[in-house]
Amino acid sequence: MEKVKTLDDLKKLKEQLKSTIELREKSNNPESHVQVKVAMATCGIASGAREIMSFFMDELRKRNIDAIVSQTGCMGYCYAEPTIELTIPGHEPVVYGNVTKAKADEIIEKHIKNGILVDGIIPVTYQNINKK
Amino acid sequence: MMKYKMHVLVCGGTGCKSSDSDMIAHNLRTAIDQKGLTEEVQVVMSGCFGFCEKGPIVKILPDNTFYVHVTPSDTTEIVEEHLVKGRRVERLLYKDPQRDEIISDSKHMGFYKKQVRIALRNCGFIDPESINEAIARDAYQALGKVLKEMTPQQVAEEIKKSGLRGRGGAGFPTGLKWEIASKSPGPEKYVVCNADEGDPGAFMDRSILEGDPHSVLEAMAICGYCIGASNGLIYIRAEYPLAIERLKIAINQAREYGLLGKNIFGTDFSFDIELKYGAGAFVCGEETALIHSMEGQRGEPTFKPPFPAVAGYKMKPTNVNNVETYANIPVIIMNGAEWFASYGTEKSKGTKVFALAGKINNVGLIEVPMGTKLKDVIYDIGGGIKGNKKFKAVQIGGPSGGFLTEKHLETEIDYESLTAAGSMMGSGGMIVMDDSDCMVAMAKFYLDFTVEESCGKCSPCRIGNKRLNEILEKIAQGKGTIEDLELLRNLGNVIKDTSLCMLGGSSPNPVLSTLDHFYDEYLAHVKDHKCPAGQCKALMQYIILPENCVGCTACARNCPVNAITGERKKPHVIDQAICIKCGACVEKCKFNAVVVQ
Repeated sequence: MEKVKTLDDLKKLKEQLKSTIELREKSNNPESHVQVKVAMATCGIASGAREIMSFFMDELRKRNIDAIVSQTGCMGYCYAEPTIELTIPGHEPVVYGNVTKAKADEIIEKHIKNGILVDGIIPVTYQNINKK
Repeated sequence: MMKYKMHVLVCGGTGCKSSDSDMIAHNLRTAIDQKGLTEEVQVVMSGCFGFCEKGPIVKILPDNTFYVHVTPSDTTEIVEEHLVKGRRVERLLYKDPQRDEIISDSKHMGFYKKQVRIALRNCGFIDPESINEAIARDAYQALGKVLKEMTPQQVAEEIKKSGLRGRGGAGFPTGLKWEIASKSPGPEKYVVCNADEGDPGAFMDRSILEGDPHSVLEAMAICGYCIGASNGLIYIRAEYPLAIERLKIAINQAREYGLLGKNIFGTDFSFDIELKYGAGAFVCGEETALIHSMEGQRGEPTFKPPFPAVAGYKMKPTNVNNVETYANIPVIIMNGAEWFASYGTEKSKGTKVFALAGKINNVGLIEVPMGTKLKDVIYDIGGGIKGNKKFKAVQIGGPSGGFLTEKHLETEIDYESLTAAGSMMGSGGMIVMDDSDCMVAMAKFYLDFTVEESCGKCSPCRIGNKRLNEILEKIAQGKGTIEDLELLRNLGNVIKDTSLCMLGGSSPNPVLSTLDHFYDEYLAHVKDHKCPAGQCKALMQYIILPENCVGCTACARNCPVNAITGERKKPHVIDQAICIKCGACVEKCKFNAVVVQ
């Protein structure tokens, strides 16, 4: 272990280590972050949801966007997997179906960065008991 | 660096560990490995989450799922359902007892909503055995800041401005204490951490040391810089093996990084910390007794002055603070005195950690801003009284504290208000009682403890408490008189006034405050020879109501001493001469025929 010789060393070390607990820090107030929930039931995983989830995690970090990427159960849109639910703070959640890496890239660039909805949204036709 | 999609925090506090949380973490890791998720899910043994009633606890992030009463055999299901398929395991979620609804997310639980976690900021959040996680949460930056940017006087000023007062019980202003020690002349000084937590039912300090040891180490170094000491000593009881283990790990890690040792942060300030073990004597929580014990002498208090700040360990200037006090220091330095002082009341700033125990739904460790109302702690955070019984009293401050009653529920928790109400802040034990608790018996319980723990050096404490205890025993036996009540009060006051240290000086408090608030209950014992709560065995009888008894023989068959007789299908009778008042008959009777009188 290298010695911490100055306060700047410590601050640098903290910056390096920050990512190890970043997920926990964000979970402390999830409402203030962009949330991407990836449906990860059997159908989702079979259609490549795992790679899409990793893609979101990697790309959001690379593009310096503060977001929580988490997995969730089957959303019921098995015909449109991989499916993601995107929540921008202060907005209603939006569900995208058939998310490929290219689509994910478009979602990040347009929707997450600029708030422009892109093609592929699945209209919400149900009520969630959590919303009552 | 590995990046995890999910973090699984398993409580690694003493409470959850004794319920097999090590095995839970091990099983989780194995199951995660089998599913090939080792690179996606991190399992962390964290410090105490505080919700000990529901332990062992497993918390999954980022979705904040809070699993309670988890057993090692639940782990496969958690991994297969939650981690692989993203479905919460419903049966392990927390169910709000008052509203009868499942709450999956810890952020929405009544237990956490009113809490403000400053001293416990990292408990249940980081792995206490990893200095890196502590550093990621700003550990040692406050130390760096004081060494680079502040003079020792400024540090003392800042702590004074924050309004922080000693969390061990007496509530002496911490900044002032540091200032006095810093002004005491001498090249050799000591910083002592009092981790001799001895109140029955209290585990605040243990949880901080187990969950966030670096916060205490850092604060001790800051104190060392402030008062001009290069040696730190932590006096910890040997009954805290996990806290000791984690402290050792933390001290070694801090040394490896050079955050303890010589020339910290490249300055000429050097500071190191050593552990001193106590044998668990209550009196050694008193600072002069603690110092004598560390010196290898008998753990007995001596008269103050001289105060330790002038002549303490090895007769050198010594600053003694308790664990929770230290845990507040780094955040005060980082966020500023004003920030800290924005919490709390006029004279009591910040927060206080309490160990909630007794007849309350949510037993556990909580931290609330000073000024929080007692009823909010008991009903909102504590979830009310167990079994929907009636609240009777709450005992705050351990064997030195007093009882508060229903009329005090609106009391705001701070040093002054608690003292004015006849109790004291103490170190933070909070024991709740319902109407089945006899106040004479409770007073006796605490006095038994004090009599056992009295060091015997001064006679008011050694002899006086013994006599108090005998009178209480006499009352509990139904042999007390009205004069005895007066004697209790007089003797109690004499012990308070004349004892050498605060152990004796506060030991009659439970007796005196129950006399104040529950005088009727004492009267019932001495005049009517009855125990209204039905707890003093000598004063109660179990009898069978003939009109309710159907003669099922269940009581007779379960009586361990064969005190119950009667023919089948005819009312039974208890022979009072044989009955040992164990209560087995009440439990077995399905017809409410056995009653206590």
